[in-house]
Amino acid sequence: MSEVIVITSGKGGVGKTTTTANIGTGLALQGKKVVLIDTDIGLRNLDVVMGLENRIVYDLVDVIEGTCRIKQALIKDKRFEGLYLLPAAQTRDKSAVNPEGMIKLCDELRNDFDYILVDCPAGIEQGFKNAIAGADRAIVVTTPEVSAVRDADRIIGLLEANELKNPKLLINRVRHDMVKRGDMMSIDDIIDILAIDLIGVVPDDEKIIVSTNKGEPAVTDNKSMAGEAYRAITRRIMGEDVPLLNLGPEDGFMLKIKKLFGLKVN
Amino acid sequence: MLLDLSKLFSRSKNSKDLAKERLKLVLIHDRANVSPQFLEMVKGEIIKVISNYMDVDEDSLDIQMTRTKSEDGDSVVPALVANIPIRSVKNSGK
Repeated sequence: MSEVIVITSGKGGVGKTTTTANIGTGLALQGKKVVLIDTDIGLRNLDVVMGLENRIVYDLVDVIEGTCRIKQALIKDKRFEGLYLLPAAQTRDKSAVNPEGMIKLCDELRNDFDYILVDCPAGIEQGFKNAIAGADRAIVVTTPEVSAVRDADRIIGLLEANELKNPKLLINRVRHDMVKRGDMMSIDDIIDILAIDLIGVVPDDEKIIVSTNKGEPAVTDNKSMAGEAYRAITRRIMGEDVPLLNLGPEDGFMLKIKKLFGLKVN
Repeated sequence: MLLDLSKLFSRSKNSKDLAKERLKLVLIHDRANVSPQFLEMVKGEIIKVISNYMDVDEDSLDIQMTRTKSEDGDSVVPALVANIPIRSVKNSGK
C-alpha cells in the first residue's frame, strides 16, 4: 500500500523543503522506496537541499507534458537505497502543471514506491492546488510564530475543504529556552489554537543549516537534535507509536543548580 | 538574576500570551470567511429570537466562528460559538 503525502504550510520559509528531504531520507533509511516530488516550479530547492542539483536532466514539467518518461526524470540518490527525486522545473511556465496531471503522476508512481512525498510551494494559489491534488494525507509545517500559525490555520481549512481530512501538524524550529521563559508559544498553545493532531516537533538546530550547506539531510546525523526529531517523525508516519522527544537541553540555571546538588545531568 | 526577579514581580504578560491572544482574534475573522457585518447580522437575529423567551445581556453577547473536532473525532469542522449571558428567564413561555 503506497501513500502520497503532501508537505505544506502556507507561509514560506518555515521548513517544508527541509522537512520533505528529511522525512524522505528517513523513510528510505527504514528500507522504504520513496520518491520526493518538488512542485515549486520556478523556485525549486529540494534538489539543492538533497545535494542532487548537478544531476538534473528532466523535470516535473517534462514528465507532465510527456517530453520524457517518468523513469527518465527520476534522480536516484546513490547514498540511500530506494530514494528518488523528481525535481521541479526552474525555467518553465508553471501553468504546464494542473491537478489532473498531478493525480495521474502520483497514481503512476504508486506502482513503484511505498511513499510519494510532495513538497508544496508556499501560498494558496495554483501551485498549492496542484501539490495537494494527488495526496492521500497532508503534513502542515509551522513554526511558533503568529504569522506561520495563522497561515497554517488557513491551509488546514483549505485542506479540509479539498477532502484532505485530518492533516497532521509539524511544529518546526521550537526553541525550548524561549518557550520556558514565556517568549515563544508552546506546543500546547499551538495545538490549542489549530485543533489538529501533532506528528512531531523539531527543535531549532544549527545543524540543519550545516547539513543543508553540505546537501546531506540532518536525519542522517546521529548527533543532530533535529535529526533525532525527524527520525521519530519518520517512524510515526510508518504507523509506529513514538513518544515526543524531550525538547532541547535544560536551561543553564537549572543545570547549574542540579550540578550544585550533584544530581544526574542528562 | 536581578532581571529575573523584576520579571517575577512585574505583572506584565509574557510575549507568548500576547501572541496567542492576537492569533485567536485574527483567526476568528480568517476562519469565518465572512465579514464582521455578517456576524453582526447573525448576532442581531439570535438576540431577536432569544429575547422572546429570556432577557439577555446584549452588550456582553459574544459570537464567534471557530473550529472544533467533529463528533466522530476524524475531522475538524467549523463551529459557531455564542456566549449569551441571560439576565432572567421570562415567564410567558411557561
